[in-house]
Amino acid sequence: MTNLIEIKGVTHAYPTADGPLPVLDDLNISIPEGSFCAVVGPSGCGKSTLTRLIAGLMFPDKGEVWLHGERVRSPRSTVGMAFQNPVLLEWRTILQNVMLPLEIVAPRMPRAQKEDRARSLLALVGLEGFADKRPSELSGGMRQRASLCRAIVHKPEILIMDEPFGALDAFTREDLWQLMHKLRAEEPFTALLITHDLRESVYLADQVIVLSGRPARTQYRLDIPLPGPRPLSMIYTPQAVEWLAILRDQIEIAQGRAPVRSGAVQSQEAAQ
Amino acid sequence: MKMQNARKVMVPLAAIAIFLLAWEWLVWFMGWPRYKMAAPSDIWPAFWRFRHMFLEYGWQTLWRTVAGLGLAVVVGTAFGMLMGFSRTLRDAFYPLLVGFNAVPKATVVPVIALMFVGQHDFNTILIAFMISFFPISVSVAIGLSTLEPEYRDILRSLGASKFTIFWKIALPKTLPEFFGALKVAATLAFIGTNLMEIVEPHGRGLGHLFDSGKISADYPLMFAVLIALAFLGILLYYAVVVLERIFAGWADRSPA
Ligand SMILES: Nc1ncnc2c1ncn2[C@@H]1O[C@H](COP(=O)(O)OP(=O)(O)O)[C@@H](O)[C@H]1O
Ligand SMILES: [Mg+2]
Repeated sequence: MTNLIEIKGVTHAYPTADGPLPVLDDLNISIPEGSFCAVVGPSGCGKSTLTRLIAGLMFPDKGEVWLHGERVRSPRSTVGMAFQNPVLLEWRTILQNVMLPLEIVAPRMPRAQKEDRARSLLALVGLEGFADKRPSELSGGMRQRASLCRAIVHKPEILIMDEPFGALDAFTREDLWQLMHKLRAEEPFTALLITHDLRESVYLADQVIVLSGRPARTQYRLDIPLPGPRPLSMIYTPQAVEWLAILRDQIEIAQGRAPVRSGAVQSQEAAQ
Repeated sequence: MKMQNARKVMVPLAAIAIFLLAWEWLVWFMGWPRYKMAAPSDIWPAFWRFRHMFLEYGWQTLWRTVAGLGLAVVVGTAFGMLMGFSRTLRDAFYPLLVGFNAVPKATVVPVIALMFVGQHDFNTILIAFMISFFPISVSVAIGLSTLEPEYRDILRSLGASKFTIFWKIALPKTLPEFFGALKVAATLAFIGTNLMEIVEPHGRGLGHLFDSGKISADYPLMFAVLIALAFLGILLYYAVVVLERIFAGWADRSPA
């Protein structure tokens, strides 16, 4: 498998009134095509910055971001983004919201074709009856479903999600996790998920990357070698519980504290 | 639904009728002479006697107000966009705008009248414009500068141009605030027009009619002008409300 995303030695600092604020420090991440990568790390360590670098919305001070064999030098239409805030446009219907990226990426596509594509995605996420509703008429979980449809409607190579389920209640969140597996089975995107929910990362991802506290380095990498779609019961298997414990310890370390379990520090899969 | 619509019309009409009756009664009860306070029954004859002038001058006042307001929309939006998109320009323009807005326009009227002697239409439109463009530019600037970055990023990450982002996201998102400001601006523009017409009368507009009522001590005429002005003001305000319904009706979340 080739790597769709290649992050090589990325270092970045924000200029602030008190001098430069280093945010990313020599970050290295590879995401194989078609796989799902979750990134976890302490709050404010630079995860959102990472998504903006991959999307080409900004550029690193040092290091390189490669997308499908090409250096990222500008935003590109092969990227889809979803945020914690679903940012749906209130003056458009749900259907029109989902069609928005096609208006940018494929302006010459016939309207009927755009609509078909949007409607089939809405049906896939269980919103077929809500196509003509306004965003404010939907629940938070439904809005996030629509937001995901919009993020993949133009068949992007990579779907970048920045804590998309962070504002949802626990049950809605689990519904959306399962939806995520379903979408992956139907749509060919490679995924990068920023999250602060370790169970979410283990349930969804093929690899979980733990970032250290700011400035973020790749502190730890965990492979989850299970095929998808996974049943929700997967998170209660002993194997998954073990993975969760490992990640939990790594988060403690990332926050500069002692691991929860003693002796769990040296793990076999330390970051390269 | 039909009942509710009828109520929507009947209630304000009844309120106006009661108001007029109370006014008439008050003047009668207090025994006020006409030069102190005209009663509604005095005003209607004044309207009728000068009906041609009311039509002509009312139209002059109206079109000059709308022209000034239109100019304010164009220039105010342009300024608002510059200030909304660039922090440097915002820092540069904002104090100037605030200072400019703080100058009482009544003092500007004679200055403008002197600068452009004889250009009555132009002068009046200019004052209407100057008094009304501030709220428009500020609302557009604030609407654009408070746009959450995610809104921009969903299109920017696809490689959309700045103009596309403005046209598809920033502009529609600002419309509710814009119309809020436009309601204020419409009222202000109207004040501006009348200020010019009354302070520097030049034989045109309802302001002039008011002034001639004053000179000939025709108090019912002065009151009639006031009422005509109120009528035009209401007309203008509801014209903006209708535009708001059409272009930013989506922002109204109240149950239909
Ligand atoms: N545009 C910016 N200018 C200055 N500092 C910023 C900017 N964006 C983010 N930061 C700072 O950089 C750090 C990392 O931000 P972010 O990538 O959003 O973290 P995370 O998503 O992991 O919480 C934070 O401390 C934040 O305050
Ligand atoms: Mg973040």
